[in-house]
Amino acid sequence: MPKRVFITGIGIISSIGNTVNETLDSLLSGRTGIGGITLFPTIHQGKFPLAEVKLPTSALLEMTGHAGERCYTRTALLGMIAAAEAVRSAGIHDIRQYRTGLLSATTVGGMERSEDFYREFLTDAGKGRLRDVMNHDCADSTDRIARHVGVKDFVSTISTACSSSANTLMTGAEMIRSGKLDRVIAGGTDAATRFTLNGFNTLMILDKGGCRPFDENRAGLTLGEGAAFLVLESEELVKREHKAILAELTGYGNANDAYHQTASSPDGAGAVMAMSLALSMSRLKPQDISYINVHGTGTQNNDLSEGVAIEQVFGDHVPPFSSTKAFTGHTLGAAGAVEAVLAVLAIRHGLVYPNLRFETPMKELHIRPETTLQKGLDIRHVLSNSFGFGGNNSTLILSKA
Amino acid sequence: MSTYINAIGNISPQKTADNHHFLEEPVSYEGSQLRSIDPGYKEFIPPDLIRRMSRIIRMGIAASKICLKEAGCAVPDAIITGTGLGCLEDTEKFLGTLIRNNEEFLTPTSFIQSTHNTVGGQIALLLKCHGFNFAYVHRGISFESALIHAMMRIENGDSKNVLTGGVDELTTPSFEIMQRMGFWKRKPMPSLQLFHDTTRGTIAGEGAAFFFLEKEKTANSYAVLKGVETLFDPAGSEEISAWISRFLAQYGLKPADISLLIPGMNGDPKQDRIYHELIDTRFAGIPLACYKHLCGEYMTASAFGTWLGAMILKYGSVPDVVAMNEPPRSLDHILVWNHYRQTHHSLILLSRV
Repeated sequence: MPKRVFITGIGIISSIGNTVNETLDSLLSGRTGIGGITLFPTIHQGKFPLAEVKLPTSALLEMTGHAGERCYTRTALLGMIAAAEAVRSAGIHDIRQYRTGLLSATTVGGMERSEDFYREFLTDAGKGRLRDVMNHDCADSTDRIARHVGVKDFVSTISTACSSSANTLMTGAEMIRSGKLDRVIAGGTDAATRFTLNGFNTLMILDKGGCRPFDENRAGLTLGEGAAFLVLESEELVKREHKAILAELTGYGNANDAYHQTASSPDGAGAVMAMSLALSMSRLKPQDISYINVHGTGTQNNDLSEGVAIEQVFGDHVPPFSSTKAFTGHTLGAAGAVEAVLAVLAIRHGLVYPNLRFETPMKELHIRPETTLQKGLDIRHVLSNSFGFGGNNSTLILSKA
Repeated sequence: MSTYINAIGNISPQKTADNHHFLEEPVSYEGSQLRSIDPGYKEFIPPDLIRRMSRIIRMGIAASKICLKEAGCAVPDAIITGTGLGCLEDTEKFLGTLIRNNEEFLTPTSFIQSTHNTVGGQIALLLKCHGFNFAYVHRGISFESALIHAMMRIENGDSKNVLTGGVDELTTPSFEIMQRMGFWKRKPMPSLQLFHDTTRGTIAGEGAAFFFLEKEKTANSYAVLKGVETLFDPAGSEEISAWISRFLAQYGLKPADISLLIPGMNGDPKQDRIYHELIDTRFAGIPLACYKHLCGEYMTASAFGTWLGAMILKYGSVPDVVAMNEPPRSLDHILVWNHYRQTHHSLILLSRV
């Protein structure tokens, strides 16, 4: 019997709120975070929407006590804010009292500043401010988050594209299970950048009108930004400190689709494997799952592949499901953790979120997402999918404890 | 519980692609940029795919395939990679085109391949490997993070075997940027003379070193991978020294029990100071081997150091080109100690099979 791993704290900042409470409020009132592009100049302004955190970087600097400083990227600041909220929410006063690790995920790190640097650098290799590029790598934000919340025992970064932060949660749980650490703060952070916006545009998978996951007429994803962290703690720690438990991480699985560098296989092989691994680890049957928070990016390829995989795994027992990316946009490296926080809120408040902007069921599928907010349910187990480039498929199962 | 290194694959600026040879003909480079020797990538990658692949992907796939071939394994159970800066060439290409063309006329290939898990994903794709697939990207401990996770999966019984490795590529823009940051030596000199040069900075390198890890030893085992640990933001040498002692004590060892220390010295007096300080005190009299004059400095250079330690244990001798003092009397335990600009230290303990 593997050791149990509990979630005792959550923190989130995204386009639908700067705190857990604001996020919950937006979810309850059906308020999407998708809007226009204001963060950076781009020729795509007015053409594609974006789900921006509704605060300029200067405000994020102030919130973290670094007003006026120039070495913090937006990615780092978002992560610092969400991780600090998670630590507060877990009632941690002395973080060094237990062996604590920080595992963070990001896909582009400090790219938003590298873009500024590179513009100058391209004209002359002696130009461009070095302080705009020295925080480029993925570890920069993680190290800064670790210092911000005082984590020292283990600090590392996972970057597996859009499944990155689901994978930090998985690793954190494995480290606790194997006795290496008592507590792990796991999650991810990514700021919106021209790099990713243009990248997804070259693949022609950005929806001009805002993403419509699982809709027959879906035209792609909407990029978002944000950060989310969860505090994972061992059973021993939780008992000794009489900690309030928000949820339990009962299952997880990672598998590789090994089909194509970016596209998912038509039969959703990797997704089926990831979901099956998670179910088997949590010793649950498909009919035990109360709600699926799907990866549901809104691209033709993902939603079909994921839908086929869900039908295969769940058969006649497909529980209510929805994609919350129509609220938050696709927050890339943060997405797995953002959706894990939403899963915790679903369990705590008995909710199933609506899949906004859904109109027409997909003709290839028998299933359709929930379109209205469901309240007062007994949500016992939430299955959350996160799939990324490189065929990286991850599933988490969060349970009522 | 033990983890064994049962096969190896190493693409580097040295002739390391063939595991039957061990640094017999060291290659010296003039200047501060050491690039990997092309092992004949066509042997490892289908020709229609090779054109689109940047060097980091080629290096990673070639090293993986050499490693898996030696292991006699067609498809590993899990793939865990570490890379400090990931696919720089593709990132620079996409970013450069984006800026030059003002966000127009962009093609997806370099964006797709800029993702940090590209190497692991491409290996999985080529091998049709559906297993666990992770990528760590954390400066000087990217490879160590991958190793820690790989060992944990083997110890927990989650994976029967793991293909794990460290890979980074050197590009001209990244070299130029780090040159301006003062990372590299200004005056050209033969790379093999790195440790005789006292000017500031080091030399840049790259490479891909992969390892096949299993719970059971085989006739081909190189070394026992006893343990890996990292240290974040140490306050000073006392904390580092105490951490090393604590780490070794877990395996019933003291610094004096180490047969050979492989520190990550890179010829930059400022970065090497901490190694010298503890070598003169805690590790006084311990035989030393250094390697960054062979592969250059990069964020996953410790994977080359781990390759060196494993090869030394298998061959039972320390090549002259890496020996810094008297040869060890016996080879039981090798400690690979590295740090990345002092914020991240790592220890990798290898023992004789």
